[in-house]
Amino acid sequence: MMKDEDILIVDQPDLGPAERLYLPQILDGMKTTIGHLARSITGRTLTVQYPEQKRELRKENYRGVHRLNRDADGRVACVACYMCSTACPAHCIHIEAGESPWPDREKYPVKFDIDELRCIYCGMCEEACPVDAIELTHEYDLVGRTREEMILDKEELLAIYDETKDVTPRKNPKITGYPRSGDPSHHAQQTELEHGAPVE
Amino acid sequence: MREFLTSQFGVSVVLAVVVFAAMNGVVAYCIYYERKIAAWTQDRPGPNRVGPWGLLQPIADGLKFVFKEDVIPGHVDKPLYVLAPAAIFLVGFIGFAAIPWGGKLSLGDRLVEVQVANPDIGLLYILGVASMGVYGVVLGGWASNNKYSFYGGIRATAQMLSYEIPMGLCILVVVLTMGTLRLEEITALQTGYWLGWIPQWNVVLHPFAFLILFVTALAESNRTPFDLAEAEQELVGGYHTEYSALKFGMFFLAEYAHMITGSAFIAVLFLGGWHFPWFAWTQPEATQWYAVLAKIVVISVKIAAFLFVMMWIRWTLPRFRFDQLMRLAWKGLIPITLALFMLAAGLLYFGKHRSPAWALAGNAMILAGVMVSAALSRTAVTGRQTNLPPVSLLAGRVGVGVGCVPDAPL
Repeated sequence: MMKDEDILIVDQPDLGPAERLYLPQILDGMKTTIGHLARSITGRTLTVQYPEQKRELRKENYRGVHRLNRDADGRVACVACYMCSTACPAHCIHIEAGESPWPDREKYPVKFDIDELRCIYCGMCEEACPVDAIELTHEYDLVGRTREEMILDKEELLAIYDETKDVTPRKNPKITGYPRSGDPSHHAQQTELEHGAPVE
Repeated sequence: MREFLTSQFGVSVVLAVVVFAAMNGVVAYCIYYERKIAAWTQDRPGPNRVGPWGLLQPIADGLKFVFKEDVIPGHVDKPLYVLAPAAIFLVGFIGFAAIPWGGKLSLGDRLVEVQVANPDIGLLYILGVASMGVYGVVLGGWASNNKYSFYGGIRATAQMLSYEIPMGLCILVVVLTMGTLRLEEITALQTGYWLGWIPQWNVVLHPFAFLILFVTALAESNRTPFDLAEAEQELVGGYHTEYSALKFGMFFLAEYAHMITGSAFIAVLFLGGWHFPWFAWTQPEATQWYAVLAKIVVISVKIAAFLFVMMWIRWTLPRFRFDQLMRLAWKGLIPITLALFMLAAGLLYFGKHRSPAWALAGNAMILAGVMVSAALSRTAVTGRQTNLPPVSLLAGRVGVGVGCVPDAPL
C-alpha cells in the first residue's frame, strides 16, 4: 500500500514568454536538425550500405551457418555418433550412419542434413561433438528461394568448410575420430587431447 | 502560326502546357527532395539505389503507382471516391496559372507576359483556388466511408478554414501596402531600392506578416506540424487511407503541388517574385529572353528554398494536438494578424504604407504586445486546460493519471 508521503506531486512547469512565442524553441530545434543535415551531406552518415559494406562482427563468438569439417586427409571428420542431433534442442540435424570405409573409425555419416530454418543457432551441436567435426561459422547471409533449399546436406556443409577454412581454421585438427582399440596411435592421440600438443 | 505564337494568348497556351508538364516532373522530384532531406536529417544517405544518387527513384515510384492494382473498396461512395483525387489534383495545379514566372518578354515588336493568365484579381484567384483544396480532402474522407478517413477529412476542413482567416488577413496587409491585386504588378512594385541598396521587398516592411503567412501556408498544405489530416500514427494515413495506386499518387502529388503554389505565392507577395536585387537582368525593364530565363531561375530558387524550409520544419517539429492547433489559430495568429491589418490600414491612412521605418516600428510594437500578453497569461507546458475541476491524488489510487480524476469524496 502506497503512503501519502510516497507520492511526489509535480506541478506542471509554466511556459516562459519566449517559449509561448514558440519561435526561439523552434529555431533551437531547427539548429539541431540542420547540423545533422550538414553532417550527412558531407558524407558522414551512420548507415552501412549492406551488400557492399559489411559491419565488423565480433568474430570470436558469432554463431552463423554450420559447416562439416574435413580431417587432414580431406575426409569428412564426422564419426556419425549422433551426439549433435541428440543435443540439438530444435531437432534439426538428421544423420544416417554407415560403416566406415576407413580403418581408423567405425562409422561415418552417409547422410548429414541440417534444416537451417529450424536451427536456432545455439551452438549445442558444436559443444557436443567429440571430434570437433561440426562447427558454426561466421557466415550470416544464408538465403534460399524454397524451404527445401534451406536444408543443407553433407556435400553443402563440406563445401562451406572449404570456403571458410582459410578464414577460421578448424579448432582442433588433430582429432579425427575414435581410434580403434589396439591402434598404436591411440595412446599418442589421448596424450594430445589432454595436453594439447605431443610431448617430444 | 507565328502570329499566334507571339500573341499573348499563344504564349499563355504554350506556357500552360509547359508549366503543367514541368510541374508534374517537379512535383515527383519533390518527393525525392523530401526523402533526401528526411534521410540527411536522420543521418542516413537516403535513396541511392535507382540510378546515380537515386535520381531515378521518382520515376520508379511513379511507374509503381501506375502499375499497381487500383482497388476501389466495396463500401465506398464510388462517384465521389473517384472524384476526390481528381478534384485535389486539379485544384493543386490550376493555382500555377496566376503565378508570374518571368515578367515581360519581348517577342519581335510585341511585349507579352510570361504568365498563363494575368487577371485583375490574380491574388483572389489564387486564394479561391487554394481554399477549394479542402474539397478534395473532405470528399476523400467522406467517400471512403471509413471513420478514420472521415476524421482526417473533418480535421483538415476545420484546420484549413481556421487558417484561412490569418492567411487572408496577411494577404490583405500586402494588398493594402501594394494597392493592387495583380501579382505581376505586386512583383514589379517590389523591384526598387531603399537607400539605394535595400530591395523594396514586402518582407522588409512586414516581416511578421511574412512569418505568419508562411505558417498558414504550412497549415493550408497540411504539412507538419499541422498534418493532423494525415497523422499516420493515429489515422493510418487520414483521408487517403482507402486509396491505392494512381489515386493515392494523385493525393500525394497534390500535396506537393500545394506546397509549390504556396511557396510561389509567398515568394511573389513578400520576396519580390522573380526579382533578385542588384542584378540588372531581373529588373522589370529587362525583357530579353535570357533575362526572362534568369527571372524564372530566381523565382524557382526562391520556391526551392521555401520547400527546403518546409521539409526542414517537417523533420524538426512534432505534430500539434488538435486543441493546440486551434488555439494557435484563433487565440494566437488571428489577433496578431488583425493587429497587423490595422497597422497596415493606419500606415495607408497616413501615407506611410511604403515606409520601412514606420512599418518596422509598428511590427516591433505588435511583437512587444504579443510578448507582454504572453508574459501575463502563463500556461502550463502541456497546454492543458486550467479551469478543470480540482484534482486530488489519493493513497490507494495509484495508477490513475494526474489531472484525470475529478475530486472525489474519500
